Amino acid sequence: MTKDMLVKERDVVVPGEELATGMDYLPSEGAFRDGDKILASRVGLFNLDGRLVKVIPLGGKYIPKKNDTIIGTITDVSHNSWRIDIGWAFDVVVFMREGSREFIPNDADLKKYYAPGDMVVAKIIKADSPRMTDASLKMPGCRKLGIGKVIEIQSSRVPRIIGKQGSMISMIKESTNCNIIVGQNGKVWISGEDHKMERIAEAAIKKIEAEAHSSGLTEKISEFLKKECK
Amino acid sequence: MPYDKRFDGRKFEEVREMEGKVGIIPRADGSAMFRTGKTIAIAAVYGPRKVLPAFMQNPKGGVLKCVYDLLSFSVTERKRPGPSRRSTEISKVTADSLAPVLDLTKFSYLGVDVYVYITQADAGTRAAGINAAAMALADAGMPMKDLITSIAVGKVSDKIVVDLDKDEEDHEDGATDLPMAMSTRTGEITLLQMDGNMTQKEIKEAVEMGMKACIEIKKVQVEALKAKYTEAGK
Repeated sequence: MTKDMLVKERDVVVPGEELATGMDYLPSEGAFRDGDKILASRVGLFNLDGRLVKVIPLGGKYIPKKNDTIIGTITDVSHNSWRIDIGWAFDVVVFMREGSREFIPNDADLKKYYAPGDMVVAKIIKADSPRMTDASLKMPGCRKLGIGKVIEIQSSRVPRIIGKQGSMISMIKESTNCNIIVGQNGKVWISGEDHKMERIAEAAIKKIEAEAHSSGLTEKISEFLKKECK
Repeated sequence: MPYDKRFDGRKFEEVREMEGKVGIIPRADGSAMFRTGKTIAIAAVYGPRKVLPAFMQNPKGGVLKCVYDLLSFSVTERKRPGPSRRSTEISKVTADSLAPVLDLTKFSYLGVDVYVYITQADAGTRAAGINAAAMALADAGMPMKDLITSIAVGKVSDKIVVDLDKDEEDHEDGATDLPMAMSTRTGEITLLQMDGNMTQKEIKEAVEMGMKACIEIKKVQVEALKAKYTEAGK
């Protein structure tokens, strides 16, 4: 903390709270400048990244961002596109050319690829306006989801579920032997060989969501998994 | 009869005991409760979500809609359920007082809905409702320039007082009620209404007292917001 910083790293800040003074810093996500002060524009954790002053969100609804991996349900199929419900106000559109890694002929029946009701993992490729969000189903990792269950969590807890470089999620995957995909929109797909393991994975994820702000969470979850997976 | 001592023994510039709580409604995107004395307001925020009716969608930015209402038995005489002339007005002034600090420019075609309900009324309900709504909006992660803080000031008999309760509003010599809301950071006043008679000088004095009270109230709001996330960490 330098002398121009008015709050400590990872402090909880509220809208209108002064974060820094002077022109040495730049307001980034969740912050704005008023005169020579930088203030918070939303509730969150204070974060200083070089000269950038950021506020990491702690709650609120998921808002689509470019390059986010999301899980959703196909709601509609037209002659050249699919629509996916991802829990956002408007459906996300996947155009035919973004639909699959294989070639889709012009006169193809798109329902054969993805039909209404199918769950898919997609990647947001354009999020310029809330009403016009486009996704792709041909990026690496994007596909139609098979048998499994989808649970919903708060989207602001997703980074905690994934952990640093995926440490948390890979721990759950290894201990429960389940296949897990976490969507940035707060939807998590779990698929395992037996239902008991699926339930343990679900419980672990719910536990992380509830205790997202506590420190030493990795150890706690590791203990929890050891106890449950015996 | 001069009003020398307040009915509940408070000082003239003293506010009632206050309490704030955030995150009380799990299904909402943001929620809060604000209590001052016996007045309790709860607020729930939903959104950003689709605006209906669709003609209200605005490509330039999000639409803020507020609904204020009293629960039927929050008041001494049963309030007929459903919107009334009074609740429609207060819904409007609540939205107008919150809008200046909300930045909805990135939410084109979308809307944010705020529902404020008074579960227990003892005067100053619109002020309590605005306080709760501001906290709920912040809890929902809305981009805001500041929290809005609100208080009712006024004149009871011959004295300027802060935060009137129902007994004072019904004082036999008459009372004037002046609800106000402001952004304490910039000093911008976003709500100023008055019901009764006061001279220009009295209004000035009352508003200044109200501004001081708002600083106290904001502390309660900020504390409640921070408590939600620090408690979760324990």
